[in-house]
Amino acid sequence: MNNTNDDSSTRTVAKSTSLPIINQVGSTRRTVMKGAAITLGLAAFGKALWPMISIPENVSLDEFLQQHYKELSDDDKQRVFARIEQETANQYGATVKVSDHQPIPGVKFAYAINLSKCNGNGKCMEACNLENNHHRDSNQSYIRVLEMEKGSFDMELGNTTYNHAVPQADKFYMPVQCQQCDNPPCVTVCPVEATWKEADGIVVVDYNWCIGCRYCEAACPYHARRFNWEQPEIPAAEINPDQGYLSNRIRPRGTMEKCHFCLHRTREGRLPACLEACPTGARVFGDINDPNSDINWVLQNKRVFVLKEELGTQPSFFYFFDS
Amino acid sequence: MNRSSENTSRTGMAGPALMFAVIGSLFLLGWVLSLLLSQETRFPSGGNAEIVKLQPDQTVFSTSPQLDSRAQPTRFAVTINQPLSAPRVETGLLDADGFEVTVSCQTCHATRTPNVENKQASDLNEFHAGLPLNHGNISCLSCHNPDDYDALKLADGSRVEFSDVMTLCSQCHGTQRRDYDRGAHGGMTGHWDLTRGPRHRNNCVDCHQPHAPQFPHMQPTFKPRDRFLDGPTGETHEQHE
Repeated sequence: MNNTNDDSSTRTVAKSTSLPIINQVGSTRRTVMKGAAITLGLAAFGKALWPMISIPENVSLDEFLQQHYKELSDDDKQRVFARIEQETANQYGATVKVSDHQPIPGVKFAYAINLSKCNGNGKCMEACNLENNHHRDSNQSYIRVLEMEKGSFDMELGNTTYNHAVPQADKFYMPVQCQQCDNPPCVTVCPVEATWKEADGIVVVDYNWCIGCRYCEAACPYHARRFNWEQPEIPAAEINPDQGYLSNRIRPRGTMEKCHFCLHRTREGRLPACLEACPTGARVFGDINDPNSDINWVLQNKRVFVLKEELGTQPSFFYFFDS
Repeated sequence: MNRSSENTSRTGMAGPALMFAVIGSLFLLGWVLSLLLSQETRFPSGGNAEIVKLQPDQTVFSTSPQLDSRAQPTRFAVTINQPLSAPRVETGLLDADGFEVTVSCQTCHATRTPNVENKQASDLNEFHAGLPLNHGNISCLSCHNPDDYDALKLADGSRVEFSDVMTLCSQCHGTQRRDYDRGAHGGMTGHWDLTRGPRHRNNCVDCHQPHAPQFPHMQPTFKPRDRFLDGPTGETHEQHE
């Protein structure tokens, strides 16, 4: 009590003595503290804005400040999609429409491939490349058709570079793409939650949120994830203008991507591009929640297996044989 | 002793029982309340599949042109590629306008008696002599109609048009037809969801040449050029991708 009284009394005395001089030259304790606080504040502000300086050349400020897909409001989405459309127009000279397809309530997608039918012609890969605006130079595709020795399902022994008339009598052909696992290891390992599983079973990627660490690529036991080593180069005339934000819009360099069951098509009720392209009719796609769907008939009546079942990934992707 | 111990155990039981009843009822109340609250929050969001199913006219899907059809689930048609009509035979001649002259099968066959002894194209010494026939052990007249060569015939001898050729194939290839009917055989385009759009399917003879129906060998035209691959030569990385 006494101390505070003393302090206040001395302060008033000091004030009264220095009253005539408004801008006192000598530094008081108060001004020093103020200066230190301002300096610290400025430093903190600068530190907070520092990442702005490290924005990569190919990323605009709007893109850098963009929120995670799940946190975007409808207005945000309209702005983001308009920006992406504008960027596509500037970079590729193509007019495209970016949409936000939502899962159809009550639908869960499943896919099955008939290994008795597939002959390894690779039309599915080509269709994927065209539909999903892949980089042309690398013939990028979400599908790998493996030529396999009969008698083993070890996909690590499969060969993708075969270049002869198919099918060979002693081989079988197994297309592998994202299995849309119900227990997806790629989602678990993502450090920034840029990839997640949607209500209809499709595992999607927010290409703008992805930091390109490639953990998911390492985690996927099906080698189904792809990394964009280069900015995709596609002739303007070949760009598919029917684009989805979470699916086939042109992906930036340095991000991960993967098969999304052509969600910009399938969520409109259409069939995936790889199925339509298959000349052997080996592919069956549909809603596993619909008891009368073709895919359910296949699962109930054919000899069905899933790839690497022992890993517990619970794929929504099946392989079957004609009996 | 026995009686007193029974008494104590009874009174001892009453305490916990009451406690259980009180705690249980509290839990029940909490559960009912949470259920009510979650119902309230779930309905407007439309995020729950089961609840949305109860209201099929409420759909968050906006880009489909068939929005109205969701209310009354009308189903679009599944169409099948149809051969237009009976095949025509090219004569190699041009008419006055420069168009190829084609004739119907009956142009020749109407004047000839069918010979059931001719089983293979190699048995013929005239028109169809070079035709490759590699289709099990069947002969020409297993499918072709000796009464009218502009149509086909079923195994019971009844006439079937070329446009209904799938009925003919299905006589022997029942498992394939069963799979076809369930979408597990044959290529298709269009919609998986027939409430949103139609589907178009291949005919048997789109993929299987009737005289040699085995699916042809193909040459792969599109290979990935992964940076870890040495290109589609098939010489390197034979075992690992």
